Amino acid sequence: MRKSAISLVALGLITATIHAHARDHIMIVGSSTVYPFATVVAESFGKTSGFKTPIIESTGSGGGMKLFCAGVGVQHPDITNSSRRIKKSEFDRCQENGVKDVVEVKVGYDGIVLGSSKEAQRLDLTRRDIFLALAKEVPNSDGSESLVPNPYRTWADVNAELPAIKIEVLGPPPTSGTRDAFAELALEGGCKTFDWVRAMKKSDKSAYKSACHTVREDGAYIEAGENDNLIIQKLQENPDALGVFGFSFLDQNADVIQGASIDGVAPEFELIADGSYPVSRPLYFYAKTAHIGVIPGIQEFMDAFTGDAAFGDEGYLTDKGLIPMSAEERQQFSTAVRNRTSLSM
Amino acid sequence: MSTQRQIVESTLARRYARESRFQWYGRISILIGILFLGFLLVTTFLNGYKVLLQTYIQLEVDLTPAQFGGEITEESIAGANYDGIIKSSLRAEFPDVSGRKNRRALYGLISNGAKYDLRDMLIENPAMAGDIRPIWLLADDEVDVFMKGRIDRNQPEANRRLKDNAIGWIDRFIEQGRVEKRFNVPFFTRGDSREPEQAGIFGAIMGSFFTIMVCMLLAVPIGVAAAVYLQELAPKNRITDLIEVNINNLAAVPSIIFGLLGLAIFLNVFGLPRSVPLVGGMVLSLMTLPTIIISSRAALAAVPPSIREAALGVGASPIQTVLHHVLPLAMPGMLTGAIIGLAQALGETAPLLVIGMVAFIVDVPGGPMDPGTVLPVQIYLWSDSPERAFVERTSAAILVLLAFLVALNSFIVLLRRKLERRW
Repeated sequence: MRKSAISLVALGLITATIHAHARDHIMIVGSSTVYPFATVVAESFGKTSGFKTPIIESTGSGGGMKLFCAGVGVQHPDITNSSRRIKKSEFDRCQENGVKDVVEVKVGYDGIVLGSSKEAQRLDLTRRDIFLALAKEVPNSDGSESLVPNPYRTWADVNAELPAIKIEVLGPPPTSGTRDAFAELALEGGCKTFDWVRAMKKSDKSAYKSACHTVREDGAYIEAGENDNLIIQKLQENPDALGVFGFSFLDQNADVIQGASIDGVAPEFELIADGSYPVSRPLYFYAKTAHIGVIPGIQEFMDAFTGDAAFGDEGYLTDKGLIPMSAEERQQFSTAVRNRTSLSM
Repeated sequence: MSTQRQIVESTLARRYARESRFQWYGRISILIGILFLGFLLVTTFLNGYKVLLQTYIQLEVDLTPAQFGGEITEESIAGANYDGIIKSSLRAEFPDVSGRKNRRALYGLISNGAKYDLRDMLIENPAMAGDIRPIWLLADDEVDVFMKGRIDRNQPEANRRLKDNAIGWIDRFIEQGRVEKRFNVPFFTRGDSREPEQAGIFGAIMGSFFTIMVCMLLAVPIGVAAAVYLQELAPKNRITDLIEVNINNLAAVPSIIFGLLGLAIFLNVFGLPRSVPLVGGMVLSLMTLPTIIISSRAALAAVPPSIREAALGVGASPIQTVLHHVLPLAMPGMLTGAIIGLAQALGETAPLLVIGMVAFIVDVPGGPMDPGTVLPVQIYLWSDSPERAFVERTSAAILVLLAFLVALNSFIVLLRRKLERRW
């Protein structure tokens, strides 16, 4: 019985290895923020093109890059999604592992929203308020150029014009790209408004980064996991809390959730698209040129993603909450896809 | 004598009280358990049962020969522009809708998957072409959510995904009796989709089926053989003791560890593809093996020694004793252990995450080598989707998974009733 089981396993392994050399579907990994958009393109691609529907795993931007840059060959993914640009270190890793030619495609923008229940008062925040409310250490309020552990308990402590509600913000954990982008755009944006902190950027870059990017850990910022629906539900139950999530979740839940304006700009589709909403970030995907022609459909998939029917002003991705780029930028990236322009850093 | 009696009498009331308190603690615990479970089941059911019905809209679809390039042939039917046909039919229904934005909203009433359904309908039944005829088409998920009463039309327009004009059009369809909630066939026959109205559970069911099959084919024979050897035939020495301790420890190892092991061995060393049920089943079989071995050994140990002694006494060899007498008697217990292990594997997601089975997979897998996902993963993926119509699908998927678990467990009970022998 045991012998036959072992030979069964061996047989399975052999046949499987043979099969492994003939992958006929595109394999995509990467950011959970790009996932809802990439899946829509993949599905429509699978239904219309005659190719198999691509398989998309949501691994997070960093995890996706790691898999993507592991090498060339059918066992490695063809495309990785990312909610930030590829880092120099990741690019070098790609090069080391033989992934020489990579096409970079920006697909659009995503706004990061500080939302609250519709029952709560709509807040009008500045990035400075957000920084003061959420950073682990803040500049001393007596004006001396030093950092003290964050003393603020209510929004009114931060800024007298804000209501005296306890600071309570639900947001993603540090592994999330949304958290990275939020720290970079909102916290650092507010942090830079202190001149002496800003000066630190030149003198002591790592101290500057830790001052501007470190989120407080005393309970005011609550890590609520990667599930944005959960944050939305918790906001409805607790009108005093704010939540950090992607614009598409605000878009889908506009009847119960409202977004706080940041620096006087409300998180609305048009205002994010024209760049006036300050907390928005670009979304990318990266494709391996070496796999084009080996795995069927990669070029066609990229063409479908960068067609106006998908990422254009009125494309189906905007229905899912993607903020489109300007026409020139779109032109630039669809040309890059057609010419398979390799990224260099 | 009297002092003893006094002691008994003085403590009796306290002892009775203690006993009744203890009983009440038990009852309260059970009540709390039932409340939690009941709450969970009721909320899941209340959300999930709505999936059984799906909104369809009846449209006068223009299938005149002009739509097929003048001539109706097999080829022109397969290649017709069904998107255009549906859109022009909607325009004909509401001729006064003008402007790009309004038209877009109008087209949004019908699911963007309806064009494929229409094509399949016509390919199957070409006689439908040639006329303008009423056809029921799948409505968009927003319309479905509205029809199920989960969009409040009294909210200000800006707060609703479904705008006033769309509600007006739907009201007209309702007046004419052309909106209907029908049994949701797609949910039970299709794979995943990013459009809630087209998303189905069948892909995940098939994925779970193949994964569990592979898991069963590997884990049950290996587990049973290992248990029989260890319990009946192996000599008692340090090595077998060590193996036993290790098996007991493995049963308590978190499942994600087995996933990482699978990633390192099956994917990286053997080069098996990502996201396939074969690898999923292999990883889960690693996870269930300790459970099966432990419960099989317990079942073997429960067979009375007199059976073995009798068999040996009439001249059976040790192998004959085991195969002819002990194993059949231990079978019900072993099967119970195997099924408990498999039920555990059916609900597992963590080890599948690292081998790529937590993925968006539209095509329904046709075998263990096709990329596939499993039921608990499908629940997780839907629960994380922004569209509100996925809430009810998440709950419905939970109910489907629970149904499978209940089926497996009732199978165990039946099996035990049928096969169990008492001494």
